[in-house]
Parts: sequence; C-alpha cells; structure tokens
Amino acid sequence: MAAPTLDRETEAPARRTCRARKGPPGLLLIAPSLMFMALLFGWPMVQGVLLAFRGDQGFTLEFVQRMVTDANFWPAVRNTLLLIVVLIPVQFAFAIAMALLLRAKPRLANVYFFVWAIPLAVSDLAAGLVWLAVLTDRGYLNSLLVSLGLPPVAWLAFDSWTSLFLAVLIAELWRATSLVLVIVVAGLQGIPRDYEEAAAVFGASPWQRLWRVLLPLLRPSLQVALILRTILAFQTFAVARALTGENFPVLVGETYRWYVTLQNPGVAAALALVVLVLSMVTSVVYLRTLRSEEVR
Amino acid sequence: MRPVTRRAVLGGLLATPLLAACAGFDTSGAAAPGTVGFLSTQFTPVEERQRFEKVLRSQLPVPVAYNPVEGGVFTTTIKSQAQARNVRTALIGGLYNDLAPLADAFDDVGGLLGQLSGAGYPDEILKLTTLGGTTPKFVPWMQATYIVAVNKQALQWLPSGADVRELTYDQYLAWARAAQAAAGRPVFGIPAGPKGLFYRFTQGYLLPSFTGGQVTTFRGADAEAAWTYMADLWAATAPASTNFEYMQEPLARGEVLVAWDHVARLVGAAKDKPDDWLMVPAPRGPKGRGYMLVLAGLALPKGGLERPAAEQVIRGIAGAGMQVETLRQNAFFPVTSVPLPPDLPGAIAGEAAAVKAQAESRDAILSLPPVGLGSRDAQVGQVFKDSFREICLNRRPVRQVLDEQAERLSALLADAKVPCWSPDPAAPVCAVA
Amino acid sequence: MTAPDRAPLRRHRRNRVLLQVACVAVTAFMAVPLYLITLAAVSSRASLNAFPLSFLPTNLSLETLTAFLSSTGVVPSFGNSLIVGLWTLVLSLLIGVPAAYGLARTAFAGKEPYQLFLLFTRALPIVVLSVPLAQLFLTTGLYDTTYAVILLHTALSLPTTILICASVFLAVPVDVEEAARVFGCTPAQAFRQVVAPMALPGIAAAAIFTFVQSWNEVLAASILTLNRRTLPAQVLSSLGDSPLAYRFAGGFALVLPALLFIALMRRYLTNMWGSTIR
Repeated sequence: MAAPTLDRETEAPARRTCRARKGPPGLLLIAPSLMFMALLFGWPMVQGVLLAFRGDQGFTLEFVQRMVTDANFWPAVRNTLLLIVVLIPVQFAFAIAMALLLRAKPRLANVYFFVWAIPLAVSDLAAGLVWLAVLTDRGYLNSLLVSLGLPPVAWLAFDSWTSLFLAVLIAELWRATSLVLVIVVAGLQGIPRDYEEAAAVFGASPWQRLWRVLLPLLRPSLQVALILRTILAFQTFAVARALTGENFPVLVGETYRWYVTLQNPGVAAALALVVLVLSMVTSVVYLRTLRSEEVR
Repeated sequence: MRPVTRRAVLGGLLATPLLAACAGFDTSGAAAPGTVGFLSTQFTPVEERQRFEKVLRSQLPVPVAYNPVEGGVFTTTIKSQAQARNVRTALIGGLYNDLAPLADAFDDVGGLLGQLSGAGYPDEILKLTTLGGTTPKFVPWMQATYIVAVNKQALQWLPSGADVRELTYDQYLAWARAAQAAAGRPVFGIPAGPKGLFYRFTQGYLLPSFTGGQVTTFRGADAEAAWTYMADLWAATAPASTNFEYMQEPLARGEVLVAWDHVARLVGAAKDKPDDWLMVPAPRGPKGRGYMLVLAGLALPKGGLERPAAEQVIRGIAGAGMQVETLRQNAFFPVTSVPLPPDLPGAIAGEAAAVKAQAESRDAILSLPPVGLGSRDAQVGQVFKDSFREICLNRRPVRQVLDEQAERLSALLADAKVPCWSPDPAAPVCAVA
Repeated sequence: MTAPDRAPLRRHRRNRVLLQVACVAVTAFMAVPLYLITLAAVSSRASLNAFPLSFLPTNLSLETLTAFLSSTGVVPSFGNSLIVGLWTLVLSLLIGVPAAYGLARTAFAGKEPYQLFLLFTRALPIVVLSVPLAQLFLTTGLYDTTYAVILLHTALSLPTTILICASVFLAVPVDVEEAARVFGCTPAQAFRQVVAPMALPGIAAAAIFTFVQSWNEVLAASILTLNRRTLPAQVLSSLGDSPLAYRFAGGFALVLPALLFIALMRRYLTNMWGSTIR
C-alpha cells in the first residue's frame, strides 16, 4: 500500500485487509471520478501547461524569464504567501472556536449557525464589493467614525502596505471562514459527546479535552479543511483586487492580468504553474505531516 | 426524519428532469432565426445595455441580440470559436484595442466600407480600420475621447487670469494645489484604479503635450519634465484615486471636484444637475494640446452566422439616427459626418462642446491608439502604467524609471516592427529614440 | 448548617452569559456586512452618494433593484443557474460519494497520488485553460448549453465533494458498519442504511459547498456559453462597471437564492447534535 493517507492507521491491519477483500475494491469506486476528470481536464491541462514553454521556435524559457523580471512578480509571491501564512491559522482558530461555541448549544444556536454560514454563499466578487463599501474613504466605517466625532482614516491608501494587508485579511476572514466552519461542524457531528464527558470525569480540563480528545478526533476533517482552504486561498484574488486595485498584487490576480489584460497566455501559464506548484507542495506537506503525527 | 428525506429526494428526482428538458434558457434572444447575435465589449453596465438595446430596436429593421461581455471573455470566445471552426456569432463590436489582437478571425470589410463611403468617415479613422494590416477589418462604430469635468465649486480656486477652457498644464497644477490648500484635502482626481484609464492620460495627453510624441520621445529630456510634472500633480491629487475606476462616481459623491476621464465615464456625474458642472478640454503643454481618440468598430467574424442581416445591422449603425441616439443615450460620439442635433441633454451637450473645442484647437495633437501592435497593445499600455506606479506611487527617480521602461518599450517595438503612429513622426519602424 | 454551595451554579450561569456574548459578537462580525449590502441595495441612489452614510433605512427605494431584475436575460439566466446548480449537485454526489467512500474505507495503491490528482484541477488557475476548454466543448457540440456548464462545474466541485465526504466517512465507526453486515446486510445495504445516514452531515456540507460554488462561478460559465448564460455570467462580470447602486442590487440579488439553499440544507448538517449515537 503506497500512501494510505486518509486511512485509519490505528486499526488492526488484519481487520482492514479482511474488509478490503469483502467490500468493493477501492479502485472501482474511484474509477468514475478519475475518468470524469481526465476526460474533461486532460487535454486542456496539457495545452495549458505547454503554453508556458512553447514559443515560436519550440521550447522556450522566455515567458518564465518575463514573469520573474516583472516588477509585480516578487511582491505578488510575497503577498500571497504572507496572506496565506497569516490568514490560515487565524481562520482555523476562529472557525474551531465558532464550532465549539455552537457545540456548547447556546440558545438560538440554529440562527447563529445560519448567519455564520452565509458568507459561504457570497461570491468573492460580491464580497469585495461589500468590503470596499465599508472601507473606502467615504464608506461605512469612516461614516461611523465621523458620526462619532472622530477623523476619517484612509484605510485603503496605496502607500500603506500594512493597512491594505489588514483590509484584505479581514475581508478574507469574513468571506472564507464559513467553509472551514461547515467542514468542522460536519466533522464534529460524528464525535459522540461521551468521549468528552469521559475525559471530564477523569479530570481533564476543557483545554486538555480540546487538545487531547476533540482535535485528534477531528484530524481528518481538519486535514481536508486545511488542504481545501489553502488551495482556494491561492485561487482568490477578487477581494484583494476590489479593495486594493493593483497596489497589493497576488499571484492569481497577476495570472488574470497577464491572460486577460495583457493578452500574454505564455506568462499567464507560467504564473499558473507557480500557483500550482505552491498549492501542490503545501497539500503534500499537509497530507504527510498530519498523517505522520497519527502514526507516531 | 426519514419520510422528509425521501420526499425531498423524490421531489428532486421529479423536478430535475423537468428543469433540464432543454439545454438552457435563452438569455440574449439570439436563438430566434434571423436574429443577429452581436458580441461586444461595450455597454456592459446594466443601464447602458438597456438603453443601447432600446436604440437598436427603434433604429434597426433587423432583430439584434446584444451580448456585452468583459474583455477576457470576449477574446476567449472569439479565439476559441475561430480555432474550433465553429463560429456562433454574427457581429463583433469592440474598441480598437479589443479588435486589434483578433484581426485574423475577421473577414475583410472593404466592400461594405465602399458602400458606406457616403457616411463621411474621417481619414484618420479610416486609416485605423486595417488594424495594422493591408485590408480593412472593421467598420467604424462610434468614437469617444477624454476631457476634464469641473464641479463649479472648484472654480473659486482657479488661478487668476486662467481661462478654465484654455488651461495650461502649469495652471492646472496651480489650481489643484490652490484647491487642496483651500479645501483642506486634495479635490482633483484621476481614474488610477485597476480598470481606470489613467495611463491614457500620460500616453495620449501629458506626453504629447510636453514632448510632441508618445513613443519616440519616451525618454528624452521633455519626457523627464512631463513625468516630473506628473509626480507634482499626483501630490495634489486625491490619494484615493488608486481605487477610482469611473470618475463619475467620486465626482457625484463630491469626493473629488475636478477630474480627467473618458467622456462616457464622466457623463453620469453631470446627468442629474448639468448646471453644476462644466465640461472642458484637457490642458495644453509646451508642444500643444495632446488628446486621444477612442474608436470602436464593428467586425464580421470569418464563418459568422446571419451574414446578410449582420451587414444590414452595420449599415444601420452607420445611419444618422443610430449615431445620434447612441450619443444621446450612452455618450459615445458619431464617427460619421452627421450634424449633432441642438436638443442634446445638458451633460452631453456640455461634453460635445468640450470635445469639439479640444479637437479643433489650433495646437491640437491627436494621439491614436498604438497601431498594428496586436496583442502587444496592452503591454505597451502597461509600460505607461508601470512608469506611473514607479514615479508617482513609489517615488523613484524619474530618469532611472524612464530608462528602465524605455528598454521594455523598445523590446516590444522591436518585436512588432511597425511604423510609427500619430503623434510620433512617421518612420518605417517605430523605436524609442 | 452551611448554605448550599452556589458557586458551580453561578459559574454555570456566568458561562452561559459569556457564551451568548461570544455568539453575538461573532454574529455581529458576520452579519454587519450583510446588513450593509441589503441596506445599500434598497437605498436610493442619491443617499449612496451622501457622506456620512446613513446606517438606518431612511431613504428606501426599490428602483435599482427592480431595474436590475427587469434587465435583459436575468430571469432566464436565473433558470439556467438553477438547472446548472442542481444537476451539478446530483452529478457530483453520484460520482463523488462512492469515490469518497472508496478513499476512506478501502485500501488501494496510490491514494496520495489520487488525492493530488483531484487537487490538481483546483490548484491550477483555470483562466489559462479558457481557450482549450471552450474548444473542447465547441468540437463536441455541447458549447452554449447548460450541459457544458454542468459538466465543468461537476469537475470543479468533485475534489471538494470527495475530500469532504471522505473525511466524514472516516469518522463513522467501522464497528457499526460491521454490525450491520453481521446482521445480514449486503455491503450496499450497510452503506445505505447505516453509513450514509451517519455521514449525512458531511454530505450536506459538501452539497452546500457544491451548489454555492456552482451558483457563483463566473469564468467557466462565461467562456462556455454565449446565449444561454447563468446568472453570474449574465450579470456578475459587468457589476464592476456598473454604478454603485447597481453593484449592490446585483450582489444582493445573487446572494438571496444561495441563502435559501443553505437554510434548506442546514438541518441535515446539524441533525446529529443532541442525539447520542450509540
């Protein structure tokens, strides 16, 4: 067995092989999805990747070179990575806290959950719009400040990298935490309260119960949420673009700019490959680290 | 729990085939036979689209399904349909620089242009119809330019002795500074947002006015003076400009009082209260008054549908009624020699006067969009955007930035090997001096 | 006689209050932007140009919202979006749930490559595939139909569906399934009657995400269709160019249906809370 990532490592191997023989073979179950994806994406993928290296006279590194020398490239790499490194932990802490609040069964829990899940339904374009209306010079936040007698602040000023970064961070936190929340809530459903109660009986503090009981049991959900959220975080740029224009470039935004505005598919494909590689490397890291801890 | 789930599943199973009985509902009206599917990059905003559809319905004998899309989708659609040899549109409309990279996908329209010779297209426009090739690839549709909108409140700070309709760039800067000092905040703006057209200001207005050229003079001493001026002007410009895409919005909000932009992106500010606004020509510099032409054209895709009807639509759009109504409704000016009616709405009439004054001033310097650059067109625009970013936003030394950017511009031009376009002096192969 | 110790009760009460305060705070953060978009969508145009902006609905006007809804193609594109969203949901669950089960419960070589393969399609910015994708559908004759959009949306949502469902199948205890088998269920029956109901929250989460993604997807829908657009392809891409009032009206109108869908699916997502499993 090459890489039984999402498998239950903790079980007795004998039992697993036994079931594997009895149940339908895994390959049969995943075959339709494999074929579907390959049929739809196989050829376009090859075409798309080739774009980055195909010049007028065969293989070329011209586009890669053009990409690296562009003034926006390194800032875009830095912004994208920083955003993800800061956003993802904050977002997960926030989402887990929200899920635990719900699990404590407050009154109106259903209403709370619904409201907290709503941003999932808001497209990134619309989310950018909303936050622009809040943060722009004559937006809602400054309206609030002014009506409180305070001076307005230029939150989205082009020369303040920190406030641009924070603006994008908060907007993304608002927009995308719901996805993590929904996955965590779904995962929590499968964890019987008995486990926690038993731990409590044995004198575990709430903090210990969280770290020793709940989070380990949630590991499959957290792993999936981490992978998906990170990959999707690499893909979003509409919010950053709406809030900061081109003053806070991110990699996928640059991909679009090269493909759509500058009409240079070669450089766009090279940028897309950078995003692809970064996403895949992070995914592999998540798949391996979260597994090895379990095996220990 | 169970019966509900089952009912829901059953309901879903029954409803979905019903919903999927067709391949989808027609959202543009092009499915009806004889209808001309008109794919375009213009008039994408809901209101402009509705008004243009009304004009099409009232002025043309043929039903048209107007399908406005953004630039990326436009290019992808035309390219992929041409490459798959399965063209599903009848008529293509876009700005000169939308059409230029797609020239290979269009049929020649020489015959059609010949039939329309009575319409009176100006020569400088007809020259552009070849998209840098040898035969005409599109029929002119409509045109526009950029001017300055002034809220009359700002007139109180106008430097003494200055005529708002005959400003020099120095007076414009002095005015911006005086207004900033008096109002306590900068009240001049430019559309420097991601979709804003601010780079056309440097490309077609500032540089030609200071240097007499756009490309050949890119790194000369005059260009250095122009960019130094730009940095000074930026210091007196609302910093929120980097979020502005259409100046009519900050103008209508009162966030800025004076702004340069595309006529169609200014008209909304003055629409409700035309008396509060002045529309004036752009300022003039040492070499004259640079201004830029925006041209939209109509092309026929190779292998396109409904060809006779599409040609009929093109002829209809060249007609006086269509040309004037497009101006009245959506602030794009006629490309034909049709006289403007006296009863234009206030904001449009103001713009029309400014546009006329700008084009007819003695020292006018007409800038064309880059000719024959194809898909490199946007990358040339990017050179001007990056220069602005480096000089005005990042405050780097002008000389250093110009030398860097000149190299990029030279590389693009060396690839393209095209003759110079107005206002640069004619040369068989355009290059940065 | 000492008074009964009230400290635990007091602590309990204090905790309940803190819990509510925390919930209200999070709700405020999540709801305020939604309130503002709703407010702006039903405000008159002039009031959106004022400063400071009003936080109360003082200048109500449905003018922009109705103008938006009555514009060309909005109603048919709404229908297309519904068809695409529901079919994408059905297809991706049909293909995705078995695959997720296979991933979670059976042993096969190459699990990690399989997962990475799935993620591949989400990790590459799809914009660079626009032309080849459109060509693919143009040559197969599916271009400009909702079928094309359904197929592509299904492919886009399969990775999320499979991974989310797999993570939940892992949480369903194997013993339960085996018990069912002991009592004479076939593997398929055991899956349908025991595993699937317990995994329902995960499937519901995946379903919500699939539908909402399809509902909001712009790029694939606009490059694969011409005259049979979905709602976002019809309006969302032009929102940025529209006047402020229209942007809010459009954003608001697009969010509403997705809200309904989440409300419908929410009960399946949280139906296990409060019930003891064993």
